[in-house]
Amino acid sequence: MIARLFSFRGGIRPDSHKKESSGAPIRPVPLPARLVVPLIQSSRGGARPIVTVGDKVLKGQCIGEAEGKTGTAIHAPTSGTVSEIGRYPMAHPSGLESPAIVITPDGEERWIAHEPLDLATASRDELILRIQASGIVGMGGATFPSHIKIGKDSTIETLVINGAECEPWITCDDRLMRERAADVVRGAMILRRLNGARRVLVGIEDNKPEAIAAMSAAARARMDTEDADGGARIDIVTVPTRYPAGGERQLVRVLTGIEIPANRIAGDFGVQCFNAGTAHAVCRALVHGEAMVARIVTVTGDVERPGNYEVPLGFPVADLLALCGVRPGVDRVLMGGPMMGFTLPKLDAPITKGSNCIIAASPGLFPPAPPEQPCIRCGRCARACPAGIQPFDLYWFSRSRNFDKAGEYHIFDCIECGCCAYVCPAHIPLVDYFRFAKSEIRARDEERRAASQARARFEFHTFRLEREKAEKAARLAAKAAETRASLSAAAKADAAEQNVAPPPPKPPT
Amino acid sequence: MTSPHIRQPASVQRVMLTVLLALAPGIAAYVWQIGAGILVNLAIATAAALAAEALVLKLRARPVALTVTDGSAVVTAWLMVLAFPSIVPWWLTVLGALFAIVAAKHLYGGIGQNPFNPAMAAYCAMIVAYPALMSQWPAAGQGDFAAQLQLILGGSREVDAVTGATALDTLRTGLRNHADVNTILATGAFGFVGGRGWEWIAAGYLAGGLFLIATRSIDWRLPLGFIAGMGGTACLFWLAAPERFASPLFHLASGGAMLASFFIVTDPVTAASTPRGKLIFAAGAGIIAWFVRVFGAYPEGIAFAVLLMNICVPLIDHKTQPAAFGQRTRP
Ligand code: SF4
Ligand code: SF4
Repeated sequence: MIARLFSFRGGIRPDSHKKESSGAPIRPVPLPARLVVPLIQSSRGGARPIVTVGDKVLKGQCIGEAEGKTGTAIHAPTSGTVSEIGRYPMAHPSGLESPAIVITPDGEERWIAHEPLDLATASRDELILRIQASGIVGMGGATFPSHIKIGKDSTIETLVINGAECEPWITCDDRLMRERAADVVRGAMILRRLNGARRVLVGIEDNKPEAIAAMSAAARARMDTEDADGGARIDIVTVPTRYPAGGERQLVRVLTGIEIPANRIAGDFGVQCFNAGTAHAVCRALVHGEAMVARIVTVTGDVERPGNYEVPLGFPVADLLALCGVRPGVDRVLMGGPMMGFTLPKLDAPITKGSNCIIAASPGLFPPAPPEQPCIRCGRCARACPAGIQPFDLYWFSRSRNFDKAGEYHIFDCIECGCCAYVCPAHIPLVDYFRFAKSEIRARDEERRAASQARARFEFHTFRLEREKAEKAARLAAKAAETRASLSAAAKADAAEQNVAPPPPKPPT
Repeated sequence: MTSPHIRQPASVQRVMLTVLLALAPGIAAYVWQIGAGILVNLAIATAAALAAEALVLKLRARPVALTVTDGSAVVTAWLMVLAFPSIVPWWLTVLGALFAIVAAKHLYGGIGQNPFNPAMAAYCAMIVAYPALMSQWPAAGQGDFAAQLQLILGGSREVDAVTGATALDTLRTGLRNHADVNTILATGAFGFVGGRGWEWIAAGYLAGGLFLIATRSIDWRLPLGFIAGMGGTACLFWLAAPERFASPLFHLASGGAMLASFFIVTDPVTAASTPRGKLIFAAGAGIIAWFVRVFGAYPEGIAFAVLLMNICVPLIDHKTQPAAFGQRTRP
């Protein structure tokens, strides 16, 4: 077993509000009138449509091929007809649009033939290709393509499976681990085989005892019944409940003691981290041959029927909310948790691979922020900050647009977890200031880069002109020298012809 | 609206109220040992500070209601009064409160921006302007409220009846006359560890301070730094020459040491802000305060020490930035 846990600095303990949605088993949802399946559902690259309007598709059929090395494939979430291909607003803080394929379900839910891989014989490359072709991305919300992460050639010692689920209100991983522990464990072991880790650690917060029990049982069963994993261990580790224990860097710190700096990735330190939902999806794809066509979504907050639902991708948020019965008084809808999630500008946005939670927010449950007051430098924000930075300093620098200083004081180490703003007695929206400063710094760096590129281009241009001039001069000089040489040779020949001794060489003057 | 969408039920008011609450045991001990005169000056200072705060905010076109009610002016007023002798005339209290709020706080931009501790700035200004009034301390154990009231509100200053030399004063005068520390401390002005009566007030501040630490309202590094700075320095000299220097315990129990440890150097606005910086800042204040007490021109040196360290805060903060997450990791 794990000898000891480590701790990370800072963090907070907000009310968990998990009970509201964690009680009932995962439920299916009836098919909506249409599914809007975005072609971009990962943080790196998207998919190219390979169907046209009018095509009949089967559930799980690939409708968008992975674009390039980093793209991930997109599949039909149900059987039906492709009715439109166009641009639609996405679940995004500012309602960005993305190309999407609209499918009108035929209601039959006919699957395409499953093509599981023979794990015993398939090569590493085949498995990784299948992960990409099955459209698997990080399901904790970051949607980083899993095939890129697992395909890296770094030497991995420890595979961390993130089942911490530290954000309040969200319970989709909790339910998944309770109900489908065997698949999560199986997926974790496949990932372990792909990255060559010696041990697998599954971190789960101690407020999920049922998930811990189910996962422990599944892990024991896996290690007892098969030796397909070459005797590799998988340990279920209970970690203290403290937001943001489920942040990748925080969880790696708690489980292994390694602190990964902001400018490095876990792989550099022999660790790789996948969400429990991702491990489950890997198992479904490789063992059962099912592409990613649905995900578990927590719907909670001010709704009549909070809970976890297995939702086909592309399902409109508005339809999902209608299913759960939004109570009167709800004035906005959050996607993600209350600490890091955002307010949905439009409710017709579809559920995508990264949508873990929908919260119907009313002023009763989520009171509006009290007015901002001046900072009293009380230091509570610094005490709560898991990144070990001093938010109030960054606040002053951001406010006074002193971006150089903000950079010097590690603003890019900020993970935007919101702990500082959560504790601030002056009710300062600190994270807003940091987001603003970061985007300003990025824009400025971009500008500088463009300017320096232009300058480099100009300098190269001048350099080329000068080089050409120099080359021309050199050519001319060479030519002149040649002419002179041939002239003097001719002169010599003449002199020889006249049998006159050549004039003595001039002494150097 | 943007994340986070939830907040702890915390507010600046609550922070300030906690400080006021923590001052209660010290004030109660004051009333018990010295007399209720302090309450009159507390009330006067509170009213003056609030009025000044409201007026300045209005002149500066800032939201008046929100800031006046944040409680910070009341904290400043109380700390100032507790640092002053409790029998100073009412106008001196008003003047001090005006100085603290208008000059020390708002001239620098208001709450959160002032580099100098307002209560200590007012103390320094007043002791320089009115050295005599600022050195008349009420005697312990008399509790003559009518006489104290007369001093505070009336014009006359028939002081001898109700004043007494403080422990630090007595020690100082005694040492000037080449007496031995032990002989001086054996006189009636002294109790168990500090000035008779006054040591109970110090104990009250200590109790309030421990409450603040327990509720995580103040950072333990600040009181610890101050106590270690003053106590450590006192200890060195005391060990070297016990007949010429009083014990560390005496220094910590006398004058404003406890008030400063838990309520003055802990002012978040004017203290250093990094973990290591807090220790350095507070220890520096403690060390300087001891030197002013023992070698300086005034019997109590805490206010000057705090202002001096306030000046150093930007430098201390800059030099003691904590390592961000992973900064100590070696690949
Ligand atoms: S918690 Fe708020 S008031 Fe306190 S130092 Fe941080 S930003 Fe300032
Ligand atoms: S949002 Fe940034 S600054 Fe605030 S606590 Fe989180 S990491 Fe620290």
